[in-house]
Amino acid sequence: MGMTMTQKILAHHAGLDHVVPGQLIQAKLDLVLGNDITTPVAINEFDAAGFDRVFDRTKIAMVMDHFAPNKDIKAATQCKQCRTFARRFDITHYYDVGAMGIEHALLPEKGLVAPGEAVIGADSHTCTYGALGAFSTGVGSTDMAVAMAAGQTWFKVPSAIRVWLTGKMGPYVSGKDVILTLIGMIGVDGARYQSLEFAGPGVANLTIYDRLTISNMAIEAGAKNGIFPVDDVTRAYVSGRVDRPWTAYEADPDAQYERTIEIDLSTVEPTVAYPHLPENAHPAREGGDIAIDQIVIGSCTNGQLADMAAAAEILKDRHLAPGVRGIVIPATQEVYRQCMHLGYTDIFLDAGCIVSTPTCGPCLGGYMGILAAGERCVSTTNRNFVGRMGHVDSEVYLASPAVAAASGIAGHICHPQEVL
Amino acid sequence: MNAKGFVHRYGDHVDTDVIIPARYLNTQSHQELAAHCMEDIDKDFIHRVKPGDIMVAGANFGCGSSREHAPIAIAASGISCVIAASFARIFYRNAINIGLPILECPDAAAGIRAGDEVAVDFDTGVITDLTTGSVYQAQPFPPFIKDMMAKGGLMASLKAGRAAE
Repeated sequence: MGMTMTQKILAHHAGLDHVVPGQLIQAKLDLVLGNDITTPVAINEFDAAGFDRVFDRTKIAMVMDHFAPNKDIKAATQCKQCRTFARRFDITHYYDVGAMGIEHALLPEKGLVAPGEAVIGADSHTCTYGALGAFSTGVGSTDMAVAMAAGQTWFKVPSAIRVWLTGKMGPYVSGKDVILTLIGMIGVDGARYQSLEFAGPGVANLTIYDRLTISNMAIEAGAKNGIFPVDDVTRAYVSGRVDRPWTAYEADPDAQYERTIEIDLSTVEPTVAYPHLPENAHPAREGGDIAIDQIVIGSCTNGQLADMAAAAEILKDRHLAPGVRGIVIPATQEVYRQCMHLGYTDIFLDAGCIVSTPTCGPCLGGYMGILAAGERCVSTTNRNFVGRMGHVDSEVYLASPAVAAASGIAGHICHPQEVL
Repeated sequence: MNAKGFVHRYGDHVDTDVIIPARYLNTQSHQELAAHCMEDIDKDFIHRVKPGDIMVAGANFGCGSSREHAPIAIAASGISCVIAASFARIFYRNAINIGLPILECPDAAAGIRAGDEVAVDFDTGVITDLTTGSVYQAQPFPPFIKDMMAKGGLMASLKAGRAAE
Protein backbone atom coordinates (compact mmCIF):
# COMPACT_ATOMS: atom_id res chain seq x y z
CA MET A 1 0.00 0.00 0.00
CA GLY A 2 1.37 3.40 -0.95
CA MET A 3 1.83 6.29 1.45
CA THR A 4 0.55 9.86 1.52
CA MET A 5 2.93 12.82 1.79
CA THR A 6 2.31 13.01 5.52
CA GLN A 7 2.92 9.30 6.02
CA LYS A 8 6.18 9.46 4.04
CA ILE A 9 7.53 12.35 6.09
CA LEU A 10 6.58 10.61 9.34
CA ALA A 11 8.12 7.32 8.19
CA HIS A 12 11.36 9.07 7.33
CA HIS A 13 11.55 10.83 10.70
CA ALA A 14 10.81 7.56 12.49
CA GLY A 15 13.56 5.76 10.57
CA LEU A 16 11.04 3.41 8.97
CA ASP A 17 10.56 2.40 5.35
CA HIS A 18 6.82 2.24 5.69
CA VAL A 19 4.06 3.28 8.06
CA VAL A 20 0.32 2.64 8.08
CA PRO A 21 -2.56 4.69 9.51
CA GLY A 22 -3.02 4.07 13.23
CA GLN A 23 0.58 3.00 13.77
CA LEU A 24 2.28 4.57 16.81
CA ILE A 25 5.76 5.86 16.00
CA GLN A 26 8.59 7.79 17.64
CA ALA A 27 9.70 10.54 15.27
CA LYS A 28 12.70 12.84 15.35
CA LEU A 29 11.84 16.54 15.17
CA ASP A 30 13.43 19.29 13.12
CA LEU A 31 11.89 22.11 15.17
CA VAL A 32 10.03 22.53 18.47
CA LEU A 33 8.01 25.73 18.88
CA GLY A 34 6.34 27.53 21.76
CA ASN A 35 4.84 30.93 22.49
CA ASP A 36 4.54 33.14 25.56
CA ILE A 37 1.38 31.36 26.76
CA THR A 38 2.34 27.74 26.25
CA THR A 39 6.09 27.89 26.88
CA PRO A 40 5.88 28.89 30.58
CA VAL A 41 3.79 25.77 31.28
CA ALA A 42 6.36 23.72 29.33
CA ILE A 43 9.25 25.27 31.28
CA ASN A 44 7.56 24.35 34.56
CA GLU A 45 7.21 20.77 33.35
CA PHE A 46 10.77 20.75 31.99
CA ASP A 47 12.13 21.91 35.35
CA ALA A 48 9.86 19.65 37.39
CA ALA A 49 11.05 16.62 35.41
CA GLY A 50 14.62 17.57 36.24
CA PHE A 51 15.83 18.07 32.67
CA ASP A 52 19.06 20.06 32.57
CA ARG A 53 19.74 20.28 28.84
CA VAL A 54 17.89 20.87 25.58
CA PHE A 55 18.37 18.46 22.67
CA ASP A 56 19.55 21.15 20.25
CA ARG A 57 19.48 24.87 21.02
CA THR A 58 19.23 25.66 17.27
CA LYS A 59 16.06 23.59 16.83
CA ILE A 60 13.85 25.27 19.38
CA ALA A 61 11.87 28.41 18.56
CA MET A 62 10.20 30.63 21.14
CA VAL A 63 8.07 33.53 19.97
CA MET A 64 6.61 36.13 22.32
CA ASP A 65 3.47 36.96 20.36
CA HIS A 66 0.22 36.21 22.18
CA PHE A 67 0.24 38.75 25.00
CA ALA A 68 3.31 40.67 23.81
CA PRO A 69 4.15 43.54 23.91
CA ASN A 70 3.24 42.60 27.48
CA LYS A 71 -0.43 43.29 28.10
CA ASP A 72 -0.20 43.25 31.89
CA ILE A 73 2.05 42.30 34.79
CA LYS A 74 1.17 38.61 34.60
CA ALA A 75 1.92 38.51 30.87
CA ALA A 76 5.18 40.33 31.50
CA THR A 77 6.08 37.70 34.07
CA GLN A 78 5.39 34.90 31.62
CA CYS A 79 7.52 36.52 28.90
CA LYS A 80 10.30 37.04 31.44
CA GLN A 81 10.18 33.35 32.33
CA CYS A 82 10.60 32.43 28.63
CA ARG A 83 13.41 34.99 28.20
CA THR A 84 15.29 33.62 31.21
CA PHE A 85 14.97 30.04 29.93
CA ALA A 86 16.10 31.07 26.43
CA ARG A 87 19.18 32.77 27.87
CA ARG A 88 19.95 29.83 30.15
CA PHE A 89 20.08 27.41 27.21
CA ASP A 90 21.24 29.95 24.61
CA ILE A 91 18.21 29.24 22.42
CA THR A 92 19.06 30.51 18.91
CA HIS A 93 15.54 31.28 17.72
CA TYR A 94 14.12 33.32 20.58
CA TYR A 95 12.02 36.20 19.25
CA ASP A 96 11.03 39.03 21.54
CA VAL A 97 9.47 42.46 20.98
CA GLY A 98 11.38 44.25 18.22
CA ALA A 99 12.27 41.03 16.42
CA MET A 100 9.16 38.95 16.87
CA GLY A 101 6.15 38.45 14.67
CA ILE A 102 3.14 36.19 14.90
CA GLU A 103 4.82 32.79 15.13
CA HIS A 104 3.28 31.06 12.11
CA ALA A 105 4.04 34.00 9.83
CA LEU A 106 7.49 34.52 11.33
CA LEU A 107 8.89 30.99 11.11
CA PRO A 108 8.32 30.53 7.36
CA GLU A 109 9.58 34.07 6.72
CA LYS A 110 12.81 33.35 8.63
CA GLY A 111 13.33 30.05 6.81
CA LEU A 112 12.96 28.03 10.02
CA VAL A 113 10.72 25.47 8.31
CA ALA A 114 11.63 23.66 5.09
CA PRO A 115 9.73 21.15 2.94
CA GLY A 116 9.88 17.60 4.28
CA GLU A 117 10.65 18.61 7.86
CA ALA A 118 8.74 17.50 10.96
CA VAL A 119 7.71 20.24 13.37
CA ILE A 120 5.65 20.35 16.54
CA GLY A 121 4.52 23.48 18.27
CA ALA A 122 2.67 24.21 21.46
CA ASP A 123 0.13 26.14 19.47
CA SER A 124 -2.73 24.60 17.53
CA HIS A 125 -2.01 26.59 14.35
CA THR A 126 1.41 24.99 13.98
CA CYS A 127 -0.24 23.08 11.13
CA THR A 128 0.39 26.22 9.00
CA TYR A 129 3.72 24.86 7.69
CA GLY A 130 1.97 22.16 5.69
CA ALA A 131 1.79 24.91 3.07
CA LEU A 132 5.53 24.42 2.58
CA GLY A 133 5.25 20.65 2.25
CA ALA A 134 6.35 20.03 5.84
CA PHE A 135 4.63 17.88 8.46
CA SER A 136 3.67 20.13 11.34
CA THR A 137 1.12 19.83 14.09
CA GLY A 138 0.03 21.41 17.34
CA VAL A 139 0.62 19.83 20.72
CA GLY A 140 0.39 20.88 24.36
CA SER A 141 3.00 22.20 26.74
CA THR A 142 3.99 18.84 28.25
CA ASP A 143 4.72 17.46 24.79
CA MET A 144 6.76 20.60 24.09
CA ALA A 145 8.73 20.11 27.31
CA VAL A 146 9.58 16.49 26.51
CA ALA A 147 10.44 17.39 22.90
CA MET A 148 12.77 20.21 24.01
CA ALA A 149 14.68 17.63 26.03
CA ALA A 150 14.42 14.60 23.76
CA GLY A 151 14.17 16.02 20.23
CA GLN A 152 11.50 13.51 19.40
CA THR A 153 7.91 12.69 20.18
CA TRP A 154 5.33 9.99 19.52
CA PHE A 155 2.66 10.22 16.85
CA LYS A 156 -0.24 8.13 15.71
CA VAL A 157 0.11 7.97 11.92
CA PRO A 158 -3.02 9.67 10.55
CA SER A 159 -5.27 8.39 7.84
CA ALA A 160 -5.94 10.93 5.12
CA ILE A 161 -8.56 12.95 3.31
CA ARG A 162 -7.53 14.12 -0.15
CA VAL A 163 -8.75 17.58 -1.14
CA TRP A 164 -8.66 17.67 -4.92
CA LEU A 165 -8.45 21.23 -6.22
CA THR A 166 -9.21 22.25 -9.77
CA GLY A 167 -9.71 25.58 -11.52
CA LYS A 168 -8.66 29.07 -10.59
CA MET A 169 -10.09 31.51 -8.05
CA GLY A 170 -12.01 34.52 -9.28
CA PRO A 171 -11.41 38.16 -8.27
CA TYR A 172 -11.54 38.96 -4.53
CA VAL A 173 -11.39 35.26 -3.65
CA SER A 174 -8.44 33.97 -1.61
CA GLY A 175 -7.18 31.01 0.37
CA LYS A 176 -9.38 32.08 3.28
CA ASP A 177 -12.51 31.60 1.21
CA VAL A 178 -11.28 28.16 0.11
CA ILE A 179 -10.63 26.91 3.64
CA LEU A 180 -13.89 28.38 5.02
CA THR A 181 -15.72 26.67 2.14
CA LEU A 182 -13.99 23.37 2.89
CA ILE A 183 -14.74 23.56 6.63
CA GLY A 184 -18.33 24.42 5.72
CA MET A 185 -18.47 21.23 3.65
CA ILE A 186 -16.94 18.79 6.15
CA GLY A 187 -17.57 20.44 9.54
CA VAL A 188 -15.34 21.33 12.47
CA ASP A 189 -14.60 17.68 13.16
CA GLY A 190 -14.78 16.50 9.56
CA ALA A 191 -11.06 15.69 9.48
CA ARG A 192 -10.61 14.82 13.15
CA TYR A 193 -7.34 12.91 13.70
CA GLN A 194 -6.74 12.87 9.92
CA SER A 195 -4.42 14.65 7.55
CA LEU A 196 -5.79 16.90 4.83
CA GLU A 197 -3.73 16.27 1.70
CA PHE A 198 -4.25 19.03 -0.86
CA ALA A 199 -3.63 18.01 -4.46
CA GLY A 200 -4.82 18.51 -8.01
CA PRO A 201 -4.20 20.94 -10.85
CA GLY A 202 -5.73 23.84 -8.88
CA VAL A 203 -2.80 23.83 -6.42
CA ALA A 204 -0.56 25.58 -8.97
CA ASN A 205 -3.04 28.47 -9.03
CA LEU A 206 -2.68 29.15 -5.31
CA THR A 207 -0.01 31.52 -4.03
CA ILE A 208 2.13 30.46 -1.06
CA TYR A 209 0.07 32.88 1.05
CA ASP A 210 -3.20 31.24 -0.01
CA ARG A 211 -1.68 27.90 0.96
CA LEU A 212 -0.41 29.20 4.33
CA THR A 213 -3.93 30.40 5.16
CA ILE A 214 -5.49 27.10 4.07
CA SER A 215 -3.04 24.92 6.03
CA ASN A 216 -3.32 27.25 9.03
CA MET A 217 -7.01 26.47 9.44
CA ALA A 218 -6.74 22.68 8.90
CA ILE A 219 -7.06 22.42 12.70
CA GLU A 220 -10.46 24.12 12.41
CA ALA A 221 -11.68 20.98 10.65
CA GLY A 222 -10.12 18.89 13.43
CA ALA A 223 -7.22 17.81 11.23
CA LYS A 224 -3.82 16.82 12.54
CA ASN A 225 -2.20 18.64 9.63
CA GLY A 226 -2.97 20.04 6.19
CA ILE A 227 -0.25 19.59 3.60
CA PHE A 228 0.48 20.83 0.07
CA PRO A 229 2.72 19.28 -2.57
CA VAL A 230 6.06 20.99 -3.19
CA ASP A 231 6.15 22.84 -6.51
CA ASP A 232 7.75 25.89 -8.12
CA VAL A 233 5.68 28.19 -5.92
CA THR A 234 7.12 26.50 -2.81
CA ARG A 235 10.65 26.55 -4.21
CA ALA A 236 10.43 30.25 -5.04
CA TYR A 237 9.32 30.99 -1.46
CA VAL A 238 11.94 28.92 0.40
CA SER A 239 14.76 29.90 -1.93
CA GLY A 240 16.86 32.55 -0.19
CA ARG A 241 15.20 31.77 3.15
CA VAL A 242 16.26 28.16 3.77
CA ASP A 243 19.95 27.45 3.31
CA ARG A 244 20.04 23.83 4.51
CA PRO A 245 19.25 20.83 2.30
CA TRP A 246 15.63 19.73 2.26
CA THR A 247 13.53 17.02 0.69
CA ALA A 248 10.35 17.28 -1.35
CA TYR A 249 8.14 14.28 -0.60
CA GLU A 250 5.48 13.16 -3.03
CA ALA A 251 2.45 11.03 -2.31
CA ASP A 252 2.60 7.57 -3.88
CA PRO A 253 0.20 7.12 -6.80
CA ASP A 254 -1.47 4.30 -4.84
CA ALA A 255 -1.62 6.17 -1.51
CA GLN A 256 -4.81 5.42 0.40
CA TYR A 257 -7.33 8.15 1.19
CA GLU A 258 -10.44 7.60 3.29
CA ARG A 259 -12.26 9.97 0.97
CA THR A 260 -11.71 12.67 -1.62
CA ILE A 261 -13.33 16.10 -1.47
CA GLU A 262 -13.39 18.01 -4.74
CA ILE A 263 -13.35 21.79 -4.89
CA ASP A 264 -13.45 23.73 -8.16
CA LEU A 265 -11.71 26.95 -7.16
CA SER A 266 -13.57 28.93 -9.81
CA THR A 267 -16.83 28.28 -7.92
CA VAL A 268 -15.55 29.49 -4.54
CA GLU A 269 -17.16 32.74 -3.44
CA PRO A 270 -16.08 35.29 -0.84
CA THR A 271 -17.19 33.42 2.27
CA VAL A 272 -17.94 34.33 5.87
CA ALA A 273 -18.14 31.92 8.83
CA TYR A 274 -20.88 33.10 11.18
CA PRO A 275 -20.79 32.61 14.96
CA HIS A 276 -20.00 30.41 16.76
CA LEU A 277 -18.24 27.77 14.68
CA PRO A 278 -15.91 28.06 11.67
CA GLU A 279 -18.18 25.60 9.83
CA ASN A 280 -21.06 28.10 9.62
CA ALA A 281 -20.04 29.23 6.14
CA HIS A 282 -22.22 31.71 4.23
CA PRO A 283 -21.66 33.72 1.03
CA ALA A 284 -20.43 37.23 1.95
CA ARG A 285 -22.96 38.73 -0.47
CA GLU A 286 -25.81 37.54 1.77
CA GLY A 287 -24.56 39.37 4.87
CA GLY A 288 -26.18 42.74 4.15
CA ASP A 289 -28.41 42.65 7.23
CA ILE A 290 -25.51 42.13 9.61
CA ALA A 291 -24.27 45.52 10.85
CA ILE A 292 -20.79 45.49 12.35
CA ASP A 293 -18.80 47.44 14.95
CA GLN A 294 -15.22 46.41 14.21
CA ILE A 295 -12.95 44.79 11.66
CA VAL A 296 -9.65 43.07 12.44
CA ILE A 297 -7.17 42.37 9.65
CA GLY A 298 -4.18 40.31 10.71
CA SER A 299 -3.31 37.14 12.72
CA CYS A 300 -1.37 33.97 11.88
CA THR A 301 -4.13 33.22 9.37
CA ASN A 302 -4.13 36.47 7.39
CA GLY A 303 -1.33 38.79 8.49
CA GLN A 304 1.04 38.34 5.56
CA LEU A 305 2.00 41.04 3.06
CA ALA A 306 -0.40 39.57 0.48
CA ASP A 307 -3.21 39.97 3.04
CA MET A 308 -2.22 43.58 3.69
CA ALA A 309 -2.18 44.18 -0.07
CA ALA A 310 -5.67 42.73 -0.48
CA ALA A 311 -6.99 44.95 2.30
CA ALA A 312 -5.17 48.03 0.99
CA GLU A 313 -6.62 47.55 -2.48
CA ILE A 314 -10.13 47.81 -1.07
CA LEU A 315 -9.44 50.53 1.51
CA LYS A 316 -7.51 52.85 -0.83
CA ASP A 317 -9.29 56.21 -1.11
CA ARG A 318 -12.16 54.91 0.98
CA HIS A 319 -13.10 55.28 4.63
CA LEU A 320 -14.61 53.00 7.25
CA ALA A 321 -18.33 53.49 7.80
CA PRO A 322 -19.21 55.75 10.75
CA GLY A 323 -19.03 53.77 13.98
CA VAL A 324 -16.79 51.00 12.63
CA ARG A 325 -13.38 50.54 14.27
CA GLY A 326 -10.60 49.13 12.10
CA ILE A 327 -7.57 47.29 13.52
CA VAL A 328 -4.82 46.23 11.12
CA ILE A 329 -1.99 44.05 12.42
CA PRO A 330 0.84 43.17 10.03
CA ALA A 331 2.08 39.78 11.27
CA THR A 332 5.83 40.43 11.39
CA GLN A 333 8.29 43.30 11.62
CA GLU A 334 9.15 42.74 7.97
CA VAL A 335 5.50 42.83 6.85
CA TYR A 336 5.07 45.97 8.97
CA ARG A 337 8.06 47.61 7.27
CA GLN A 338 6.85 46.62 3.79
CA CYS A 339 3.42 48.09 4.56
CA MET A 340 5.13 51.41 5.19
CA HIS A 341 7.33 51.23 2.09
CA LEU A 342 4.46 50.25 -0.19
CA GLY A 343 2.17 52.97 1.15
CA TYR A 344 -0.31 50.53 2.74
CA THR A 345 0.11 52.09 6.18
CA ASP A 346 -1.01 55.47 4.83
CA ILE A 347 -3.95 53.83 3.10
CA PHE A 348 -5.01 52.15 6.37
CA LEU A 349 -4.60 55.33 8.40
CA ASP A 350 -6.45 57.43 5.81
CA ALA A 351 -9.28 54.90 5.92
CA GLY A 352 -9.61 55.41 9.65
CA CYS A 353 -7.84 52.22 10.80
CA ILE A 354 -5.12 51.82 13.37
CA VAL A 355 -1.98 49.85 12.51
CA SER A 356 -0.51 47.81 15.34
CA THR A 357 2.80 46.15 16.04
CA PRO A 358 2.62 42.37 15.54
CA THR A 359 0.58 40.57 18.21
CA CYS A 360 -2.03 37.80 18.46
CA GLY A 361 -3.89 40.12 20.90
CA PRO A 362 -7.47 40.46 19.63
CA CYS A 363 -7.75 37.07 17.89
CA LEU A 364 -8.01 35.21 21.19
CA GLY A 365 -9.60 37.99 23.20
CA GLY A 366 -6.33 38.87 24.88
CA TYR A 367 -6.14 42.61 24.31
CA MET A 368 -5.98 45.24 21.52
CA GLY A 369 -9.56 45.05 20.31
CA ILE A 370 -11.77 43.25 22.84
CA LEU A 371 -15.51 43.26 22.05
CA ALA A 372 -18.30 44.40 24.39
CA ALA A 373 -21.64 42.62 24.79
CA GLY A 374 -23.69 42.82 21.59
CA GLU A 375 -20.78 43.93 19.39
CA ARG A 376 -19.95 42.29 16.09
CA CYS A 377 -16.58 41.98 14.40
CA VAL A 378 -15.60 40.81 10.93
CA SER A 379 -12.18 39.31 11.50
CA THR A 380 -9.56 37.65 9.34
CA THR A 381 -8.64 35.43 12.29
CA ASN A 382 -9.43 31.73 12.66
CA ARG A 383 -11.96 31.12 15.43
CA ASN A 384 -15.40 32.51 16.18
CA PHE A 385 -16.18 30.52 19.33
CA VAL A 386 -18.35 31.93 22.13
CA GLY A 387 -16.37 34.69 23.86
CA ARG A 388 -13.35 34.22 21.62
CA MET A 389 -12.76 37.94 21.11
CA GLY A 390 -14.33 39.31 24.26
CA HIS A 391 -17.76 39.29 25.88
CA VAL A 392 -19.75 36.04 25.61
CA ASP A 393 -22.52 38.02 23.92
CA SER A 394 -20.23 39.42 21.22
CA GLU A 395 -19.99 37.89 17.75
CA VAL A 396 -17.05 37.13 15.46
CA TYR A 397 -17.51 36.63 11.71
CA LEU A 398 -14.51 35.04 10.01
CA ALA A 399 -13.57 36.31 6.56
CA SER A 400 -10.74 37.18 4.17
CA PRO A 401 -8.90 40.53 4.29
CA ALA A 402 -10.82 41.71 1.21
CA VAL A 403 -14.21 40.89 2.75
CA ALA A 404 -13.24 42.37 6.13
CA ALA A 405 -12.03 45.59 4.51
CA ALA A 406 -15.14 45.89 2.32
CA SER A 407 -17.43 45.15 5.27
CA GLY A 408 -15.71 47.88 7.27
CA ILE A 409 -16.45 50.39 4.51
CA ALA A 410 -20.04 49.25 4.07
CA GLY A 411 -20.73 48.96 7.80
CA HIS A 412 -22.19 45.51 7.23
CA ILE A 413 -20.98 42.19 5.88
CA CYS A 414 -20.62 42.35 2.12
CA HIS A 415 -18.94 41.08 -1.03
CA PRO A 416 -16.01 43.35 -1.97
CA GLN A 417 -17.76 44.27 -5.23
CA GLU A 418 -20.44 46.12 -3.24
CA VAL A 419 -18.01 48.88 -2.26
CA LEU A 420 -15.88 49.07 -5.42
CA MET B 1 -8.38 3.10 39.37
CA ASN B 2 -11.99 4.25 39.49
CA ALA B 3 -14.10 7.37 39.45
CA LYS B 4 -17.51 8.10 40.91
CA GLY B 5 -19.44 11.34 40.94
CA PHE B 6 -22.30 13.45 39.68
CA VAL B 7 -22.53 14.53 36.07
CA HIS B 8 -22.09 17.96 34.50
CA ARG B 9 -23.33 17.73 30.93
CA TYR B 10 -22.44 19.73 27.80
CA GLY B 11 -23.11 19.51 24.07
CA ASP B 12 -20.98 19.07 20.95
CA HIS B 13 -17.81 20.99 20.06
CA VAL B 14 -17.01 22.31 23.54
CA ASP B 15 -13.89 24.31 22.66
CA THR B 16 -10.89 25.13 24.81
CA ASP B 17 -11.79 28.84 24.68
CA VAL B 18 -14.91 28.14 26.73
CA ILE B 19 -13.18 25.58 28.95
CA ILE B 20 -10.69 28.29 29.93
CA PRO B 21 -11.00 31.67 28.17
CA ALA B 22 -7.72 33.07 26.81
CA ARG B 23 -8.04 36.20 28.94
CA TYR B 24 -6.99 34.04 31.90
CA LEU B 25 -3.96 32.49 30.20
CA ASN B 26 -1.66 35.03 31.82
CA THR B 27 -1.46 32.67 34.79
CA GLN B 28 -0.26 29.11 35.26
CA SER B 29 -1.85 28.70 38.71
CA HIS B 30 -4.04 25.60 38.59
CA GLN B 31 -6.47 26.99 41.16
CA GLU B 32 -6.77 30.33 39.38
CA LEU B 33 -7.45 28.54 36.09
CA ALA B 34 -10.02 26.27 37.76
CA ALA B 35 -11.83 29.31 39.15
CA HIS B 36 -12.75 30.33 35.58
CA CYS B 37 -13.32 26.86 34.12
CA MET B 38 -16.39 26.75 31.81
CA GLU B 39 -17.51 30.23 32.90
CA ASP B 40 -18.42 31.49 29.42
CA ILE B 41 -21.02 28.76 28.90
CA ASP B 42 -21.81 27.72 32.49
CA LYS B 43 -21.18 30.40 35.10
CA ASP B 44 -22.30 28.19 37.98
CA PHE B 45 -20.16 25.19 37.12
CA ILE B 46 -17.32 26.10 39.41
CA HIS B 47 -19.74 26.67 42.31
CA ARG B 48 -21.63 23.43 41.64
CA VAL B 49 -18.76 21.05 41.01
CA LYS B 50 -17.74 18.69 43.82
CA PRO B 51 -14.48 16.73 43.95
CA GLY B 52 -14.89 13.52 41.98
CA ASP B 53 -17.68 14.80 39.70
CA ILE B 54 -17.73 13.69 36.08
CA MET B 55 -18.06 15.75 32.89
CA VAL B 56 -20.06 14.28 30.01
CA ALA B 57 -20.17 15.90 26.56
CA GLY B 58 -20.94 15.30 22.90
CA ALA B 59 -18.67 15.19 19.87
CA ASN B 60 -15.27 16.86 19.39
CA PHE B 61 -14.76 17.86 23.04
CA GLY B 62 -11.77 20.18 23.51
CA CYS B 63 -11.56 21.46 19.95
CA GLY B 64 -9.62 24.62 19.16
CA SER B 65 -6.54 25.95 20.88
CA SER B 66 -3.75 23.65 22.09
CA ARG B 67 -3.73 25.24 25.53
CA GLU B 68 -2.88 22.63 28.14
CA HIS B 69 -4.50 25.04 30.58
CA ALA B 70 -7.85 23.50 29.48
CA PRO B 71 -7.42 19.96 30.88
CA ILE B 72 -5.48 21.49 33.81
CA ALA B 73 -8.47 23.73 34.65
CA ILE B 74 -10.91 20.81 34.41
CA ALA B 75 -8.76 18.56 36.61
CA ALA B 76 -8.12 21.33 39.14
CA SER B 77 -11.86 22.03 39.37
CA GLY B 78 -12.29 18.56 40.88
CA ILE B 79 -13.55 16.67 37.83
CA SER B 80 -12.32 13.06 37.99
CA CYS B 81 -13.10 11.99 34.44
CA VAL B 82 -14.42 13.36 31.14
CA ILE B 83 -16.65 11.12 29.02
CA ALA B 84 -17.43 12.34 25.48
CA ALA B 85 -18.72 10.99 22.19
CA SER B 86 -15.35 12.03 20.74
CA PHE B 87 -12.38 14.26 21.59
CA ALA B 88 -10.33 16.72 19.53
CA ARG B 89 -6.85 15.30 19.13
CA ILE B 90 -4.68 17.90 20.87
CA PHE B 91 -6.98 17.93 23.91
CA TYR B 92 -6.92 14.14 24.02
CA ARG B 93 -3.14 14.11 24.08
CA ASN B 94 -2.92 16.92 26.64
CA ALA B 95 -5.44 15.30 28.98
CA ILE B 96 -3.48 12.04 29.05
CA ASN B 97 -0.20 13.91 29.46
CA ILE B 98 -1.41 15.78 32.53
CA GLY B 99 -3.22 12.77 34.00
CA LEU B 100 -6.87 13.71 33.46
CA PRO B 101 -8.75 10.46 32.65
CA ILE B 102 -10.89 10.72 29.52
CA LEU B 103 -13.07 8.10 27.88
CA GLU B 104 -14.58 8.07 24.40
CA CYS B 105 -18.06 6.50 24.51
CA PRO B 106 -20.80 7.79 22.19
CA ASP B 107 -23.50 5.66 23.88
CA ALA B 108 -22.70 6.95 27.35
CA ALA B 109 -22.43 10.50 26.03
CA ALA B 110 -25.92 10.16 24.55
CA GLY B 111 -27.56 8.33 27.45
CA ILE B 112 -26.22 9.91 30.63
CA ARG B 113 -28.18 12.91 31.95
CA ALA B 114 -27.03 15.97 33.87
CA GLY B 115 -27.05 15.27 37.61
CA ASP B 116 -26.92 11.46 37.27
CA GLU B 117 -24.49 9.67 39.54
CA VAL B 118 -21.98 7.73 37.46
CA ALA B 119 -19.24 5.23 38.29
CA VAL B 120 -16.31 4.51 35.95
CA ASP B 121 -13.99 1.51 36.14
CA PHE B 122 -10.83 2.46 34.23
CA ASP B 123 -9.53 -1.12 34.26
CA THR B 124 -12.49 -2.50 32.34
CA GLY B 125 -13.84 0.65 30.63
CA VAL B 126 -17.27 0.00 32.15
CA ILE B 127 -19.34 3.13 32.80
CA THR B 128 -22.35 2.65 35.08
CA ASP B 129 -25.10 5.23 35.44
CA LEU B 130 -26.06 4.53 39.06
CA THR B 131 -29.14 6.75 38.78
CA THR B 132 -30.72 4.93 35.82
CA GLY B 133 -28.93 1.60 36.07
CA SER B 134 -27.68 1.81 32.47
CA VAL B 135 -24.28 0.31 31.75
CA TYR B 136 -21.97 1.41 28.92
CA GLN B 137 -18.72 -0.05 27.61
CA ALA B 138 -15.82 2.21 26.65
CA GLN B 139 -12.43 1.11 25.37
CA PRO B 140 -10.22 0.81 28.47
CA PHE B 141 -6.80 2.49 28.44
CA PRO B 142 -3.86 0.32 27.43
CA PRO B 143 -1.56 -0.51 30.38
CA PHE B 144 1.06 2.20 29.69
CA ILE B 145 -1.57 4.95 29.61
CA LYS B 146 -3.22 3.56 32.74
CA ASP B 147 0.15 3.58 34.44
CA MET B 148 0.75 7.17 33.33
CA MET B 149 -2.66 8.19 34.68
CA ALA B 150 -2.07 6.46 38.01
CA LYS B 151 1.21 8.32 38.42
CA GLY B 152 -0.37 11.67 37.58
CA GLY B 153 0.63 12.22 33.95
CA LEU B 154 3.56 11.97 31.55
CA MET B 155 6.11 14.03 33.49
CA ALA B 156 5.25 12.43 36.82
CA SER B 157 5.60 8.99 35.25
CA LEU B 158 8.93 9.90 33.58
CA LYS B 159 10.18 11.11 36.96
CA ALA B 160 8.99 7.95 38.72
CA GLY B 161 10.64 5.87 36.00
CA ARG B 162 13.90 7.74 36.43
CA ALA B 163 13.84 7.40 40.20
CA ALA B 164 13.34 3.64 39.80
CA GLU B 165 16.37 3.28 37.50
